[in-house]
Amino acid sequence: MTPLLEVRAVTKTYGARIGCRDVDFTLWPGEVMGVVGESGSGKSTLLSCLSGQLAPDAGEVLFDTRAGGPRDILAMDEAGRRMLARTDWAFVHQNPRDGLRMGVSAGGNVGERLMAVGARHYGDIRARAADWLARVDITADRMDDRPGTFSGGMQQRLQIARNLVTGPRLVFMDEPTGGLDVSVQARLLDMLRGLVRQMGLSAVIVTHDLAVVRLLADRLMVMKGGHVVEAGLTDQVLDDPQHGYTQLLVSSVLQV
Amino acid sequence: MIEVENVGKSFTLHNQGGVSIPVLAGAALRVAPGECVALVGPSGAGKSTLMRMIHGNYLADGGHIVVGGVDVALADPRQIIALRRAVLGHVSQFLRVVPRVPTLEVVAEPLVTLGVAPEEARARARALLARINIPEALWPLSPTTFSGGEQQRVNIARGFVHDYPALLLDEPTASLDAGNREVVLSLILEAKARGAAIVGIFHDADARGRVCDREVDVGHFTPAAA
Repeated sequence: MTPLLEVRAVTKTYGARIGCRDVDFTLWPGEVMGVVGESGSGKSTLLSCLSGQLAPDAGEVLFDTRAGGPRDILAMDEAGRRMLARTDWAFVHQNPRDGLRMGVSAGGNVGERLMAVGARHYGDIRARAADWLARVDITADRMDDRPGTFSGGMQQRLQIARNLVTGPRLVFMDEPTGGLDVSVQARLLDMLRGLVRQMGLSAVIVTHDLAVVRLLADRLMVMKGGHVVEAGLTDQVLDDPQHGYTQLLVSSVLQV
Repeated sequence: MIEVENVGKSFTLHNQGGVSIPVLAGAALRVAPGECVALVGPSGAGKSTLMRMIHGNYLADGGHIVVGGVDVALADPRQIIALRRAVLGHVSQFLRVVPRVPTLEVVAEPLVTLGVAPEEARARARALLARINIPEALWPLSPTTFSGGEQQRVNIARGFVHDYPALLLDEPTASLDAGNREVVLSLILEAKARGAAIVGIFHDADARGRVCDREVDVGHFTPAAA
């Protein structure tokens, strides 16, 4: 089996400040990796570098493309990267407004991604959009409403439907449950877990919520000050943390 | 099936003055298929620590922990995940689930993850839930609201729904009434009969005597005071 994503010594600095430094990891098909750390630790910078939104100063990001096998996405041209972003990748933003087109109906938001990969038959597009809206528990009678009329949790589910409709193989998520109330979080987590399993997705999830990674991620990477301080099996890192910072992080969680 | 060789463990608390607490040294254990070995020793001797190391939940400081041909002490996360999925079952004392997921799905999940068709997985989960006396009315509900004993039984059902070749049982009969305790003991005996290698911690001496073939005193692995 070939790894889906191989990240080698990715470094990004903002002037003298470190964004992230010397990050290495390998993600295999079907694996979900969590990235945790305090704000400013470089999690989001890393995610942007991996998804081709930000050019790192050094390093390689090899993605196993369907057609050509592993290729360095940083050496790809813009058109190639865009094609990947539309087909094999998905990016779920923390704020659904960043990932949705607010002026277009819910069905249109899902259909747009299909059209971007060549779908042209209106009836088919609408049917697939309806199917995906149902999978994320958005009822058919809301299909023609704009996302602005949806609640925060519905917007987040719509964003997920829009991203997954093209059957991506790798999903980047930046705090997917941040800003949602806990009952909606629980439902979203269950839905994400189900989708990841059914579709055999791999995912990189950035979050500061340790309970979320425990339930969603197979593996965990802990970042501090732009460096990866610890990585391993999720429950091992959380239950037997080796680095002082991870120990502090785990012992700082409030118990309900 | 399970081989532990010269394993040590100490915990270093970086935020409490860097104190290092040695817990185990030179731990060794061998469990053959169809055999059940009990870990015994006083509280704090390291029974749970040793069990957690076999599960890959705690890192070993050295030595080898081979389960079904995979050395857990050296394996990649990916190999441990695959091992836990198909080979190594674990019944812990605490139930950890996504909130609001029905009990039936919680129990069927290990099979679905292995690729069993959801309908068949649910059918096996139903049979097991009925056997351990979880009332059918509770199956569509999330186990997070259940009583301690019910949660414990849901956890046991999750651990026995797939025929794991190796099983780790942490106090499987604690907080169970006499009737349910009998059911769990018979589940353990059946697992042994089909050839599962089992490591268990039982505070209940009678239960231990009935299902375990031998005892390993973890107190023997306590490091000499430095």
